[in-house]
Amino acid sequence: MRMTIAALGAALSLAATLPAALAEEWKPTRPVEFVVTSGAGGGTDVFARAVQAAIAKHDLVPTSVVVTNKGGGSGVEGYIYGAAAKADPHKVIFGTNNAWTLPMVVKTSWQTENFVPVAIMAFDEFMLWVKNDSPFKTAADFVAAAKEKPGTLRMGGSQTHDTDQTLTVLVEKAANIQLKYIPYQGGGTVGTQLAGGHIEANTNNPSESLGGWRGGQVRPLCVFRKAPMPEGQKVAGDKGWGDVPTCASQGLNVTEFNMPRTVFLPPGTPPEAQAYWVDVFRRASETPEWKDYVSRTSQNGELVTGDAMVKRINAEEADTRKIFEEAGWLVK
Amino acid sequence: MLSNIDSLMHGFGVALSGYHIMLMMGGVLLGILVGVLPGLGAPNGVTLLLPLTFGMDPVSAIILLTSLYWGALFGGSTTSILFNIPGEPSSVATTFDGYPMARQGRATEALTCAFLSAGFGALVGVIVITLLSTAVANFALRFGPPEYFAVYLLAFASFIAFGGGTPLKTIISLCLGFGLGMVGIDTVSGNMRLTFDFDQLVRGISFLVVVIGLFGLGELLLTIEEGPEFKGASGRIDPREMFRTMGRMPRYWLAMLRGSAVGVWMGITPGGPTAASFMSYGIARRVSRNRANFGKGEPEGVIAPETADHSAGTAAMLPMLSLGIPGSATAAVMLGGLMIWGLNPGPMLFIEQHDFVWGMIASMYLGNVVGVVLVLATVPLFAAMLSISFSIIGPIIVTVCMVGAYTVASSPFDLWIALVFGAVGYAMKKLDYPLAPLILAMVIGDKAEDAFRQSMLSSNGSLSIFWSNWLVGAITTLAILFLLWPLTMLLRRPAQTTDPDAATHAP
Repeated sequence: MRMTIAALGAALSLAATLPAALAEEWKPTRPVEFVVTSGAGGGTDVFARAVQAAIAKHDLVPTSVVVTNKGGGSGVEGYIYGAAAKADPHKVIFGTNNAWTLPMVVKTSWQTENFVPVAIMAFDEFMLWVKNDSPFKTAADFVAAAKEKPGTLRMGGSQTHDTDQTLTVLVEKAANIQLKYIPYQGGGTVGTQLAGGHIEANTNNPSESLGGWRGGQVRPLCVFRKAPMPEGQKVAGDKGWGDVPTCASQGLNVTEFNMPRTVFLPPGTPPEAQAYWVDVFRRASETPEWKDYVSRTSQNGELVTGDAMVKRINAEEADTRKIFEEAGWLVK
Repeated sequence: MLSNIDSLMHGFGVALSGYHIMLMMGGVLLGILVGVLPGLGAPNGVTLLLPLTFGMDPVSAIILLTSLYWGALFGGSTTSILFNIPGEPSSVATTFDGYPMARQGRATEALTCAFLSAGFGALVGVIVITLLSTAVANFALRFGPPEYFAVYLLAFASFIAFGGGTPLKTIISLCLGFGLGMVGIDTVSGNMRLTFDFDQLVRGISFLVVVIGLFGLGELLLTIEEGPEFKGASGRIDPREMFRTMGRMPRYWLAMLRGSAVGVWMGITPGGPTAASFMSYGIARRVSRNRANFGKGEPEGVIAPETADHSAGTAAMLPMLSLGIPGSATAAVMLGGLMIWGLNPGPMLFIEQHDFVWGMIASMYLGNVVGVVLVLATVPLFAAMLSISFSIIGPIIVTVCMVGAYTVASSPFDLWIALVFGAVGYAMKKLDYPLAPLILAMVIGDKAEDAFRQSMLSSNGSLSIFWSNWLVGAITTLAILFLLWPLTMLLRRPAQTTDPDAATHAP
């Protein structure tokens, strides 16, 4: 809620100084910059470029759109840049839940609630993966092995104090086991490290390990979701994403874990600009190009905007804060 | 292997069309431009072109992007040689002998040498890819954190141990590089390091900006001090010199083969082109017959890093396609492109996307031939730039350096960093501190650190993990032998080490 109040407050003070007609509608008048809080080639980068492609194809924005990568400091750079572009609706910031987890684990000069929320465009799923020739056939096998030899199974993930490590902590708590978390630079590397047998498991997103599964290097044990993913095309042999059982059904009681793909505007952006971008992203999410991206990357393409988005963020933020606090990751 | 050659022929069928040749020429020319401008670099160039490729079919798109990459690799050497400003991180090592050659009026020879050996390196890289695609991909999978660390250690050891310079000054320069590379967020602990709560330091200090300052601006300051003798150095341009150099190239076959071998090795094991060029230069300086002349304008000192750079850049395409491991920053951007074009990198890519993979490999042969021809055509043009008076070219260099420093991350703060390192570079040269160890430490220091700490997490702090299998054990042992090399030399031939040659003039 804090975010809407902040946005409303800013809007009211701005509206008071503007003629009524001007405040009604906003349109970009200069080239728009999509600020990506990951390096080129990262998940957020592919996300932003998919939106860019959909917008360009269907002429949803009257000016040109450029994508810039500001992924330094695990994405902190992008938010610093966004915060500095005060009230400029020509800068749109693309991220994940890092928008609210980063300020918890590193000292940042910006606050999440100051950014103006636009949309959550999709949710990326998480799966428990093992090497193809691994002795573990189910999540229960994995848990049993971890119980037998506590603290020896190596779980790889991208970055420290990020989604993969959070999920690892949740798995440890739910199954009452201890794993050895090893951070790498990105999901692609984590996938090949598993294929090479340098770790025992990882929690990659489906798209990060799609190539490895098809090529018979790795296979998924279970998905961290309430219900199995929708039945789609076959991926590897006669198996598709829909055939992967839920982790809860295998006795690993982490019922739901996913990563929202978020879009924000710089702090102080007027509400008419916010409304404009909400509309653009809604129309972009209906294009075949976007649908194709979502299905290719096996994400959940649920669009969340407005109050629902703020509620969702606040709920997630509170949950995450609790986990981080217990793990001792919060910065003072 | 035979089936691979069949596939390659099929690939040529896909890649050889008027449209694709046009894309190659356009890509290479753009790439040369991007490579010549310091700071802009291949990763930025590919990122800028990426939106253009959304409407293309994947084969045409990858041909355009890889051609740009080849062009940028060629172009990067040009400014290294002419002005001591590396256009690309991987052409830093080319300055060590390329620039002295240019100052002696041998710019044409140095440029020709660089481009021909680069083309040769690329050719070796792509032949390895063609013949060994699957075997090499499986080999790359064997690399976990201990193996990565061992590879970086080997790169360090071969460059540092084989390099000259006072040991103490080398160590200071090395440590400065490690410190600079550490700024920003730490992968393993997740904490900010050395940022002092400065927002601008969160993303770390860009290696490219430091290079622009240390080499470009630092060199300029020295030139101003020494008086603008810049112009007389090579007033005469003789196009025939280019052909004479071509005729001399076969003489350097050993240096070229050695450089290519180092490059292919570093491209497949994810050491990357920059580390490859340093390592190759370091080894050449120790084993070459002309080693005494290194650092003073020795053609082999240009050939060694250039062949390694290009063969590594080319060979790194293989782990990218077959495993999704980006071997370089540019490969990382191309990986993003693959996803957008609807392809998934992985072992199945070779089977399911036959046209794409082999079309691309075939285009690597063609693109590099096109690249060598085009870039050689620019030699007289670039060499002529040296005959312009310093009072004109000096300010242009400053402008290009500053524009380059800004382009790296579109951050005004980087301009200050470049200026500061310009002064640092000047001071270091005056005091005879070597710059190369600093650069090498910055490029692979933090990666080596990550790999070391990941290994330690994995082994619960036991160093025995670096001898846990034959592969990592062999690389680690070799690296340690390299490190001990100067020591054994000291014991065997005490007279040789007092020879000031090559030591004081080492870069």
